[in-house]
Amino acid sequence: MVRLITHNMLACHVKNCTKDNFPLAFSDVELVIRPAPENLEFINRFLPKLDWKALVDTARSLGDTTLPETMPESMTEDQLRALHHVLMEMHVEEGNMTCRGCGHVYPISNGIPNMLLAEHEVGR
Amino acid sequence: MSLPTPHIAHLTEDDYEHVYEPAEDSFILLDALEADADDLRRSKPTICVEIGSGSGIASTFLSSLLEPNDSLIISTDINRYACEATIKTASANDTTLNPILCNLLDPLLPRLKGEIDVLLFNPPYVPTEIHELEDTQASRDIGGAWAGGEAGMVVTKMILDQLPHLLSPGGRFYLVAVAQNKPKFIAEELLRRGLRVERRAGRELLYVLRIVAT
Repeated sequence: MVRLITHNMLACHVKNCTKDNFPLAFSDVELVIRPAPENLEFINRFLPKLDWKALVDTARSLGDTTLPETMPESMTEDQLRALHHVLMEMHVEEGNMTCRGCGHVYPISNGIPNMLLAEHEVGR
Repeated sequence: MSLPTPHIAHLTEDDYEHVYEPAEDSFILLDALEADADDLRRSKPTICVEIGSGSGIASTFLSSLLEPNDSLIISTDINRYACEATIKTASANDTTLNPILCNLLDPLLPRLKGEIDVLLFNPPYVPTEIHELEDTQASRDIGGAWAGGEAGMVVTKMILDQLPHLLSPGGRFYLVAVAQNKPKFIAEELLRRGLRVERRAGRELLYVLRIVAT
């Protein structure tokens, strides 16, 4: 269950990959919508943690166009609801996440994103 | 107040071939969280991360201790079986966790720098030869749950070195340690770097250190 809230926190970490390493691009996705209880106070509190552009682009790539291009200065309740749906209810169960910088592919299977790298790909 | 221990009856002998079965060290971590439950709820952590979630018992406990859907809880593990067990344990306890198959915090670091409000780690803390640590980490299976290299501190030290850059202001790190890890020495080191350290739970040779960023 890679929800978009989690996807917004994941970057490519291949050695020397520092450009366009975020956000990872989804492909071949199996998307599942699972209703989650709303907690709009949490969504509001989470706003400063989000990379808005990455989120909007990602949501659109998965067919959800409810979010505005730029983050509104203050969110209406409807906008927070739409954001709740995108962040908490859209689950990518299967598919790939590809780095736009180096092309590394991170597969998702059974809802688990595989972010492991081979020894020679590891930075640090 | 007493919070129920998460259900883990869905995990079988087969699961425990590959995933660390909750044991005393797992339970003292729960004790430490429970002792701080009011504080944790009041502080409204937005981002929580557990490194090496194993069975998922600690992430699940943290999730049920906080208000529902009031926090993003990310659970990493280097072992695919552990990620799967974490999903199962979350769902058996009516909560949702976000497992990531990765080493420590690798794919999260650029984005979560200085953003982690609660960090949990029950590390591989058993002193072993360094090659045993390397082999078990590379095999990405159950052995990685305990083999800790020199003084059992090799993996823990990687996280401690980064810690000031990981935690948000006031962020907390709950770390399981044993006497051989020289927890007093860990505490002195961290104190020098502006982190507050207290022993929160544990008997005899097992410790939970609570480290708070100022």
